[in-house]
Amino acid sequence: MRLLNRSAGRLSRHRRGPLAGLVVLLFGLLLTGGLYAAFSPASAEKTGTDAEQIAEGRKLFLTSCSFCHGQNGEGITTRNGNQLGPSLIGVGGAAVDFQVGTGRMPLVQPGHQTTPKDVTFNDEETAALAAYVQSLGAGPDIPSEALYSTEGLSEEEREELAVRGGQIFLTNCSACHNFEGSGGAMPRGKVAPSLQKTSSKHIYEAMLTGPGEMDNFSNGNIAPEDKKAVIAYLEAIEENPDYGGFGMGGIGPVSEGMYAWLVGIGGCVAFAFWIASHTTRTDKKPQAAGGEADQ
Amino acid sequence: MGVLPNPLGRSHGTKAAKANKPNRGAAAAEWADDRLGLATAAKKQIRKVFPDHWSFMLGEIALWSFVVLLLTGVFLTFWFQPSMAEVEYQGSYDELRGVEMSQAYASTLDISFDVRGGLLLRQMHHWSAMLFIAAMLVHMMRVFLTGAFRKPRELNWVIGGLLILLGIVEGFAGYSLPDDLLSGTGLRIADGLVKATPVVGTYMSFYMFGGEFPGDEIIPRLYMVHILLIPGLILALIAAHMLLLVYHKHTQWPGPGRTEENVVGYPMMPVYAAKAGGFFFIVFGITALMGGLLSINPVWKYGPYDPSKVTAGSQPDWYMGIAEGLLRIMPGWETHIFGKTISWNVMLPGQIAPMVLLTMVLAWPFLEAWVTGDKREHHLLQRPRNAPTRTAFFVAMMSVYGLLWAAGGNDILAVQLGLSMEGITYFMRVAVFAVPVIVFIFVKRWCISLQRHDNETLLHGYETGVIMRSPEGGYTERHLPISESRAFTMTARDRDVVLDGSEPVDANGVEAPGSRLDGIRHRLSKALFADNVQKPTREELDEGHHHAEEEHAHEIEAGMDQPADGHQFDGRHTVEEESLRH
Repeated sequence: MRLLNRSAGRLSRHRRGPLAGLVVLLFGLLLTGGLYAAFSPASAEKTGTDAEQIAEGRKLFLTSCSFCHGQNGEGITTRNGNQLGPSLIGVGGAAVDFQVGTGRMPLVQPGHQTTPKDVTFNDEETAALAAYVQSLGAGPDIPSEALYSTEGLSEEEREELAVRGGQIFLTNCSACHNFEGSGGAMPRGKVAPSLQKTSSKHIYEAMLTGPGEMDNFSNGNIAPEDKKAVIAYLEAIEENPDYGGFGMGGIGPVSEGMYAWLVGIGGCVAFAFWIASHTTRTDKKPQAAGGEADQ
Repeated sequence: MGVLPNPLGRSHGTKAAKANKPNRGAAAAEWADDRLGLATAAKKQIRKVFPDHWSFMLGEIALWSFVVLLLTGVFLTFWFQPSMAEVEYQGSYDELRGVEMSQAYASTLDISFDVRGGLLLRQMHHWSAMLFIAAMLVHMMRVFLTGAFRKPRELNWVIGGLLILLGIVEGFAGYSLPDDLLSGTGLRIADGLVKATPVVGTYMSFYMFGGEFPGDEIIPRLYMVHILLIPGLILALIAAHMLLLVYHKHTQWPGPGRTEENVVGYPMMPVYAAKAGGFFFIVFGITALMGGLLSINPVWKYGPYDPSKVTAGSQPDWYMGIAEGLLRIMPGWETHIFGKTISWNVMLPGQIAPMVLLTMVLAWPFLEAWVTGDKREHHLLQRPRNAPTRTAFFVAMMSVYGLLWAAGGNDILAVQLGLSMEGITYFMRVAVFAVPVIVFIFVKRWCISLQRHDNETLLHGYETGVIMRSPEGGYTERHLPISESRAFTMTARDRDVVLDGSEPVDANGVEAPGSRLDGIRHRLSKALFADNVQKPTREELDEGHHHAEEEHAHEIEAGMDQPADGHQFDGRHTVEEESLRH
């Protein structure tokens, strides 16, 4: 008790200090925030029924998407015939989940290509938007996890899938996305993005919906099983160790050439410089070295 | 220097001289020498003198890379199977197991994954191939920019050029052997190049591939070319190159004691044997490090070749980059005559342009010798600045090379720099013609400015950085004369002779025989040498020194030669026991 009194006394000496007010304020804020976090209902709240979700999605759509896509997702055509935003009727939920889930939509500004950025909407909001667009007209919906996930497959099944997927990938995808999915150039400054940090779900949706320049690989074109095989291949080469060492960006011979010149020739020339600048070691007296020039 | 201890022992001792007991090595050497006579043959060579300069070792990088290529290449032949027969892969790489592929590709995968040390050696082989050609190029740059190709070395220059060409073909053949997706894509381009030959193109292509591309003949054929034909030619040409090097003696930088008749440097034994031998291990070590740490040509990711597949980032190895660039920026021009197509869009960039570029560089020594009419031997090198037009020509060629290189990687550049691929292509179409002209003018003026600066230094001394303030308040920088040896080195060059073609006809109005050619020669002479700054004459130098002395006397008169505090540390005086005066 005495100890407490003493320390309280020591504390109270500071009560009129210049920082006392600030400290009390901070303490109070911390307490309020902590209590709120502890007692507020956790995010366990169930997503409501479909109708509720669609209504929620429509609200979000009206605030964030309708400026370009129209108030009912019908698309807006500008006066000179360009599209401000395409119609979303019949596009389906998978496209929304891809575009919004990778941060491509909503656009910061119209441009030649939508690029991924920080995601604006959380998972629930994305799902609500997808549900709303899906309700506008049936299109490919968000795939269920069983379609793209390789979880739960045996080692052999996964391997067999990856081998098949590799052949499909090299036939259909590598022309734009590069042999290991590290991306490539497209006409007019567009790019085929790297696939290495894209989630399996988004890769599946991209194949299904063909965003941007990409072809649409519908289920009749590449069957769902084969889409999963492509994903299994990409996962497999991602998991492989770098067999040959540092991959230098995985963009083929251009970076190899750069390293040959910078590291290889650069290193050799540096050593040549070193060798030529070191003369023979000799224990002769300096004047004896005068004879060298006579040679 | 380089005196070996006398094997007969001391000859000025108090005891009678007697031979040391020969050791076992010496006995063995003597046994061999009695039968082979190597000592007599080698005596001259082991005392061959090499001058010391880092740029004289660039060719050595190429030589040692070639040795690494031979060593690693032999290892690879033990496992590589040059066959296009279809097999089902059953090796260790999971993602291709069960896939149908050619035996060549399957055995490359085996070398990479199932042969101990195979991937390391394969990567070393590839890296050293890249270094081999790169080193040849930098060596060529050195030789060209220093004028080392002049008489008597013109033929060695041509041999060097052929070596570069052969090295590139050899590299391309090796790149094609694994039969992966990139190999096949490269071969498809080669097929296109061959087919672009008017009239006989298709026949040549069918002959080469043993039928329609890709056929099943090309890999075994390329294998023979890659491991026997071209290496044999390269080896023979390297031997000729080195023999000529020994015969001509090494070139050297001018300097006191260095003339056209001698070579100043260190002898082969023991100094250069150690330096060059050590350099082999350094080159080997760098290649081994790169082979061990940096992944090159990961064929398992490319997959087996299939004409229906292609990948983004399909590029050749760097030395084919300019051919790739030429192809990529060429507009799609074609002519149709009598139902035949002439593909200018492939023939010009693929067949004609590379040969024109190569011929231009190979022919330069002959052109220069013809213009100057100089029949003397040259063993002293020129500084690049002292041949401004030549240097400017070569740097302009380098700029073309660099631009075409960049054009060959236009897709990678577009992605990495956020540019448009077409934008790069359109830019390059103009730049490959415009930039070399700008570079030529710029480099020529730069060289001439450096020549002027040299003359300044010779006549007025170097800038000491010592600023003197006169009693009137004016400031001057003190110049001090450069050392005699430096002045000698800077002036050890010939004056350029400019031919003046003012009299194409003689007094009777008769054209001299061959005067048109002479006219060209005179014009070229003017272009090559007229703008150069010549070194100062003896009188000018004397006057310059006289002027400096006068100035100095004037300074003494004006009381400005005071030992100004701190200025004793100008590097021209001994400063032991000196301290700052107050």
